[in-house]
Amino acid sequence: MKIELRNPNEVMKLSRLGSFHQSKLSFLRSFLSEFKNWEYKRDLFDLDNDGFGTAIYSFKKKERIYSLVCFANKINDDERSDRVIATKWDAAFTLHDGTPTKADIERLKNEVPKQEVGRLSYKELTLSRANKSVRVFDHVVNSLSEGMQPDLDLLSSVGYLYRTTAVYGSGKFGLADRFRIKNREEINGPFRLEMMLVYLVRQFTFDQVNHVAKCKNPSKAVSLDKSICKNLGIGNSTGLGMAPFIVNHPTLLNNWILTRETALKKIREIKKVKPQDSLLFKNSLKKSLANITSWNTESSYQQKKIRDLLKDVQKLIKFIENDFNFDEDYPFNQIYLWLEKNSCEECTEYVVSLMMEPFDEIIKPLIHQMSSEEDQYFNIPTSRKINELKKILENKYSEILNIDFEKKENNHKFWFISKNKEEPRLADRYVEQGSELEQPLAIARDIKKLYERIEFLDQDLSIAEFLKENSDLRHVVRRAFIIEKFPYSEIQDNTISESIIPIDMLRLKLSFFGALKFDPRSDKWLRICMFQGAPLPTDLENYDDQWVYNLDQ
Amino acid sequence: MKSLSEIETTSKRASRATGFSWGIAEEVGKNIRLLELFGLPGVKNLTQYYLDRKSKKYEELKVLKQKNNSKTLPFCPIIAGVSFLDHSKTIEGYKELMIENLAYPLLFLPFLGRASEIIGKKISLSFDQYEFLMNLNVNILVNKSLKQILPLANKLEIKIHDNEDSFTDMEWKNLYNLSEETFVEETESLKQSAAGAGLTDND
Repeated sequence: MKIELRNPNEVMKLSRLGSFHQSKLSFLRSFLSEFKNWEYKRDLFDLDNDGFGTAIYSFKKKERIYSLVCFANKINDDERSDRVIATKWDAAFTLHDGTPTKADIERLKNEVPKQEVGRLSYKELTLSRANKSVRVFDHVVNSLSEGMQPDLDLLSSVGYLYRTTAVYGSGKFGLADRFRIKNREEINGPFRLEMMLVYLVRQFTFDQVNHVAKCKNPSKAVSLDKSICKNLGIGNSTGLGMAPFIVNHPTLLNNWILTRETALKKIREIKKVKPQDSLLFKNSLKKSLANITSWNTESSYQQKKIRDLLKDVQKLIKFIENDFNFDEDYPFNQIYLWLEKNSCEECTEYVVSLMMEPFDEIIKPLIHQMSSEEDQYFNIPTSRKINELKKILENKYSEILNIDFEKKENNHKFWFISKNKEEPRLADRYVEQGSELEQPLAIARDIKKLYERIEFLDQDLSIAEFLKENSDLRHVVRRAFIIEKFPYSEIQDNTISESIIPIDMLRLKLSFFGALKFDPRSDKWLRICMFQGAPLPTDLENYDDQWVYNLDQ
Repeated sequence: MKSLSEIETTSKRASRATGFSWGIAEEVGKNIRLLELFGLPGVKNLTQYYLDRKSKKYEELKVLKQKNNSKTLPFCPIIAGVSFLDHSKTIEGYKELMIENLAYPLLFLPFLGRASEIIGKKISLSFDQYEFLMNLNVNILVNKSLKQILPLANKLEIKIHDNEDSFTDMEWKNLYNLSEETFVEETESLKQSAAGAGLTDND
């Protein structure tokens, strides 16, 4: 049986993209899989009694070494902020290519804690900073120093000791450009070095908390239990900075979604599923209920999504246990069709992710198709004709072309870059000033404008001739020829409508990172948790591949 | 040191701020990245050009002919470059072009480099004492060190090269003869046993 890939007009809607969950394709899981056989070491741990100082962790294989350099600094409580306007953090980190020399460490000590206003070099690959969850960190220090393990309910309600507030890579602030390292086999997958940084930061947080507790009460202190460590991740606060990324990298976005859609298609096309595979799926599905019930948020928007998700997953479990037989042909296709009919988008996408668990032979080859050589698709094929462009617009943007941008609610917001932090922002164009400096992120509106301008033109005109007098639409002409080859390269929604929920764009990207427990703090920023339940670096060699669904709650 | 990513993003934004459309700004961002990658002073020339644009005017060369002459204002290298890139398949037929009075000619170069890749032919460009060879966008060769700002090319000549060998038949033959010394002379026995196919295909 041949299953068609899902229609981009459905998949690429923001509400659907904002319902995506982590899966085996997620970058943090593929990072662990790639680096499980690397030699892990703590090379330096030079902290004072209060936990301030320098530490270095590394992964090594043959001649290749990646070193995380950590600087933990004292800051006052009133200086601690997750917002991008902060200038100081509890700790700052960079991933260095190779083993840093003493001179490198001195240089980095001056630059890394400054973050955006510091300068890194081509020898550094990623940069980040993090703040303590003071409530949890202090509680853990106090408990351990008294010889006790901390309160698991408190730990479970937060999920981490530290949360990062930004992770930078790819040439930002002088970091190495991606082209310098892109041919390395071990990083043949997006954001792998960003994932490595976050993973090693997680270990630093455990080592630091143990160290401070030990210094506080050397005779009585105990170390944080390894099973507790395993159930802690790293938090992350993320704002609008991520949103333009998925618009500005259309071929990369396509490759992420296409691999996911291809995985789903191939799984639906399996005629007979082996008993061990169906069992693994069922077990993961049931165990994952703990992930849903321990998902805390104060956002009423997210609470409703979680409630619907829980209800529909329970309904699915009941269906599978009572009314379903995995021995029948194409069982995963049947489950998918049942989901489409009986569950919300949040649950459908949740189960799509879970369906991948048993099928390494399908997933692993796809992971290597998730990067993109974007420059190859940058040039506009200007010798082509207007009638070809028109056909592309009609076929690939059919629903976008129905939006009436004369209506205020459809042309309500504008994206801009703030002058003080050089970060993307979203504002109401009818209230705020600055819309004349709008960023080119209103793709739907500009595609519609392009269509209206070419609709009645000489259809035999070349694109080169058209662009001579229509330079203002050059950016969307480029995109139209990209979507022709890359069906999932475009969000099929209006990114400037009054009703847009920007966190849907963030969540799409974060789900591919492998984030858990999305916790929206407004419609424009959210907190997440990464690596919660993941194996510790010392246990990487033989870890349980389904660790995401095996949290001890 | 600035990364190429920073150079591309900042060049793109500055181009938009100067008044170019976002689509053209994207082209300029890519181009300055290429110039800097190839060791040519892209940022320096772009910055000066954009400063000049605040007080000077430039002519837009949107239709490239074989001979292009602006007697009054210098041509804008970016609009001329976009025009070359977009019409490269038509321009290919000209073989040779001449542009007089082109401002900041270095900013024109990467458009030619990219056009060279599109048409699959090398393109050379010369003005004053400089000669450049655009090599299918893999690199740009230049005949002398170039670190400075070049504000104007009075007369710029472009050649589109046919795909031809850069060596004589005799030179190739000599090289080929040498390469043959790695081959093994086949005996009758080797002819029959060393190839994979059967001895007859009449089946």
